[in-house]
Amino acid sequence: MTDYNERPDSEELSDDERAILSELGESRRKFLGTVSATTFGVLAAQLLAEQEILANYRVPEDAVFAPVAEENAVSVTLNINGTKRALSLDSRVTLLDALREKLGLTGSKKGCDHGQCGSCTVIVDGRRVLSCLTLAATCEGKTVTTIEGLAKGDDLHPMQEAFIKYDGFQCGYCTPGQICSAVAMLDEAKRGQLSYLSENIRGKARAVKLSDDEIRERMSGNLCRCGAYPNIVKAIREVHTGTEVAETWEFVKEGVNDAAV
Amino acid sequence: MRPFKYSKATNAAGAAKAVAGNKNAKFLSGGTNILDLMKEDVARPDELVDINGIASSQIRSTPAGISVGALAKNTDTANHPLVRENYPLLSQAILAGASEQIRNMATNGGNVMQQVRCLYFYDTAVNCNRREPGSGCSAIVGLNRTYAILGWSEHCVAVNPSDMAVALAALDTKVNIQMADGKTRTIPFTELHRLPGDAPHDDKALAHGEMITSFEIPKNKFAANSYYVKVRDRASYSFALVSVAAALELNGKTITTARIALGGVANKPWRAFDAEKFLAGKAATKENFEKAAELELKSARPLEFNEYKIELSKRAIVRALEKAV
Repeated sequence: MTDYNERPDSEELSDDERAILSELGESRRKFLGTVSATTFGVLAAQLLAEQEILANYRVPEDAVFAPVAEENAVSVTLNINGTKRALSLDSRVTLLDALREKLGLTGSKKGCDHGQCGSCTVIVDGRRVLSCLTLAATCEGKTVTTIEGLAKGDDLHPMQEAFIKYDGFQCGYCTPGQICSAVAMLDEAKRGQLSYLSENIRGKARAVKLSDDEIRERMSGNLCRCGAYPNIVKAIREVHTGTEVAETWEFVKEGVNDAAV
Repeated sequence: MRPFKYSKATNAAGAAKAVAGNKNAKFLSGGTNILDLMKEDVARPDELVDINGIASSQIRSTPAGISVGALAKNTDTANHPLVRENYPLLSQAILAGASEQIRNMATNGGNVMQQVRCLYFYDTAVNCNRREPGSGCSAIVGLNRTYAILGWSEHCVAVNPSDMAVALAALDTKVNIQMADGKTRTIPFTELHRLPGDAPHDDKALAHGEMITSFEIPKNKFAANSYYVKVRDRASYSFALVSVAAALELNGKTITTARIALGGVANKPWRAFDAEKFLAGKAATKENFEKAAELELKSARPLEFNEYKIELSKRAIVRALEKAV
């Protein structure tokens, strides 16, 4: 039986094999050299070439796929992260697509695009909403805060700091939505808004002190496929209470947990 | 998503007229359901009339009780002092549904008009009488664990997904409707949703172009003795397998009046009239609650995978009533 892992010696290769390997090696080295020296130059040149081809391409007049102007165009002016932006959009454009595709604010993420995951959560007029189910056309005159608008210059928002401190994410895809949601959620708690877990519904609205169960319930519209929930809850709890949350995990001690393994 | 014309209405009569004038037009309020359906190509309107600018979002007390605007957001309704104090059942039911993001967007009118979440209704590759009348029901022989046990027909076995509607049904709500000809009309909330019969595609009492403007909830003595139970696959952010809105008016330990409605079991919020009638004048005991539940579920017919819902409904009724007391 041949063990391919035990075949390091090129002398055992046939001439053909050696030629292929040599060629591969050379082209790979060439490629790596080019990339390390002029990565951006090469990519930019490619893009420019593509753009040029596209620009010179004439669509036949009878083509059914001829590009058209925005269909059912609507004009919207909104205040995004403190800046007034005027947009002309196809009526179908959601707030999420307007942010990502028209304004270059790609922090808000498109997860499910059906209002089930919460990764597109942004804050509109002080309330967390799903930007994937909000038509941009309905946002005339509204104030939108996205993840890009939470920090003040280089100073991160306390919720952003806390997510980093407690490792409230793994892949990070749901994180902008989680953070926007959490920021608005703590404001809701301050205003005394109810949740499904509220006991005293008939009482007057007053600031709510949130248990971990309450945080989980109020954040249930934001899913995390990596399962960073315990750390997300810790991060939110620290911002909510202003006190540090003790870590509850510890490294496995040698010998102690052997039986369990 | 297919292209559509977008316009903004400034008053209810104008909005109703605009939608009535185009059979492919639809109202747009919170958008949380209609946009989803449009992305899935299940709903195909060529015109959306945005009604968010219409002044129908007030929540105010009236001599008869409370008026809740159709365009008030779910969040604002659940947290309104008048609702919290006098109709906590409504607050509870609203808060049991969706997520805070969606409740911030969704309006009351849109909530009660939302479509079923039947998998086969959403899947345009399969038959569905609701989506394409006469094509057949795929759910009746499909994965129907979460489907109806009451009032279904061979044409449709889907359930109404709203929690809010279950509380509104229990609270003897009336619905004010703007008609396309400029007039208005009022119907009992229990008549807003219809059982599927042979026309599941037409399961609301509103004609095309008619729009809900407000809900009237009469005064009652249930505030201290009401409860909403929701049983679901996840602890939060999930539709009900079974839910129960229970409200009691008590004289000592005797039930003067009972109101019970079930969610997740039929194509409409299921008012448990038989159970209510049985409980009136009886002692508020577990034994009586169990008898009432038994009576109400007598007409239940399970599908292949949802027989569990019958026992679950009975127990949920008992639990809601016990919590209400």
